[in-house]
Amino acid sequence: MKLHAEIVDARRLLCPMPVIRAQERIGQLAPGDMVEILCSDPGALHDIPAWCRLHGHTVLSTVTEDDEIRVTVRVGPRVTPGL
Amino acid sequence: MKRHIARTGSVLGAKCVSTEVLHVVAGARMDRPRFNRDQEGLMPARKAVALISGGLDSMLAARLMQDQGVHVEGLNFFTGFCVEGHTHAIRKDKRARPLRNNALWSAEQLGIRLHIIDVVDEYKDIVINPRHGYGAHLNPCLDCKGFMVRKAREWMETHGFDFIITGEVLGQRPKSQRRDTFPIVARESGAFDLLLRPLSAKLLPPTRPEREGWVDRERLLALNGRGRKPQIGLAGTFGFNDYAQPAGGCCFLTDENYARRLSDLWQSRGDKRYDLDDIMLLKVGRHLRVSPAFKLIIGREEGENRFLRGYRQRFTHLAATDYEGPLVLVVGEAGEDGLMLAARITARFGQGREAGTVCVLAQVPDGTEREFHVTPLPSSELPPEWYL
Ligand code: SF4
Repeated sequence: MKLHAEIVDARRLLCPMPVIRAQERIGQLAPGDMVEILCSDPGALHDIPAWCRLHGHTVLSTVTEDDEIRVTVRVGPRVTPGL
Repeated sequence: MKRHIARTGSVLGAKCVSTEVLHVVAGARMDRPRFNRDQEGLMPARKAVALISGGLDSMLAARLMQDQGVHVEGLNFFTGFCVEGHTHAIRKDKRARPLRNNALWSAEQLGIRLHIIDVVDEYKDIVINPRHGYGAHLNPCLDCKGFMVRKAREWMETHGFDFIITGEVLGQRPKSQRRDTFPIVARESGAFDLLLRPLSAKLLPPTRPEREGWVDRERLLALNGRGRKPQIGLAGTFGFNDYAQPAGGCCFLTDENYARRLSDLWQSRGDKRYDLDDIMLLKVGRHLRVSPAFKLIIGREEGENRFLRGYRQRFTHLAATDYEGPLVLVVGEAGEDGLMLAARITARFGQGREAGTVCVLAQVPDGTEREFHVTPLPSSELPPEWYL
């Protein structure tokens, strides 16, 4: 398990692009890894947690500072489509 | 962890009698059928990939399949033109509406995984060169459906799924959902008879999932036409409330104003080209085609100004320094006179519109700055035909 969080920079991207970027990166990581998604679209506050719930990942925190949002996610068990 | 549940239910009076072994996946709130019982005994549940737009019909189609013990996962394609997400995130005055992504919301209601796929680049060819032409505006619906079903077919093959479902209803859309266009989509996508439309299936020739008994045709529907009553009734039966009801189509290409701006973009470039930033910017602000050489994009409120500020590295931009007002992007080559005119227009849309002189700062992407002291342009000098 990595202690540092991978960073996904999705600032200036509008939803659902932050979700797509997070989905792509998380797909390359191992269960237990951490990823921090930086966004500026407030829609990400809803969409990333919703996507994580559907795919079994855990949102550890969401922090909004000025116009920037940081969503920290712990990668869940690897799940193959159809299984 | 597995749990065994005997489930019975009814859909529009059709009794559901399958007994399923449902499966709970760690971390996800999903009950997944792994096996179905047929006359031969237990067999693995069939797997369907559903096109999930975020609207009610695709949700109902997926739910009908789940009711028959089919394992369903959703695909949602991001083309760049989707009504979803963007505009409500940009404009502050739209914040009263929930900032949800309707496709994700639908998937949560259904308890299915949703895979959101970026098709922005591949989709350009569909918008630029639609083989079957455009609908009322710049919406290439028939080509678009064929494209999305083809992408779903590729995904199905990669992931070992059995068939594809959509929420299409016969006769619902004049161009793309007709008895003669349904086979075109099935053929051009390469899905052929692995494409099932559960909401109208009984009015269509049986597909392979029906013929092979993967699904029970008798428990599919025979919806036809533009009416929404049966869908709304069915939504009530399933307990779906608060679903999205888009007024036009599922994307901006059906919107007359948007289509006008896109046509203008292509005309100004001399060819049909675009990138993601181009089509995002078409959704934001007032667009004024001031001359063939350039247009202005004018923020209408703080949310749009903030969004437009993200493009300061790419475009010359102007803002008044002594009054509140919009951020204005110059798209194209304005030249000296054009920049002066842009400054007067910037002043006209700000709080200093009645002032004698307004100071407007213009910044070019390389960081160079110019200050203009201008008289705001009177509205009588703003020809209506400039507005896109
Ligand atoms: S409305 Fe847009 S997304 Fe929907 S089928 Fe037509 S072109 Fe495709």
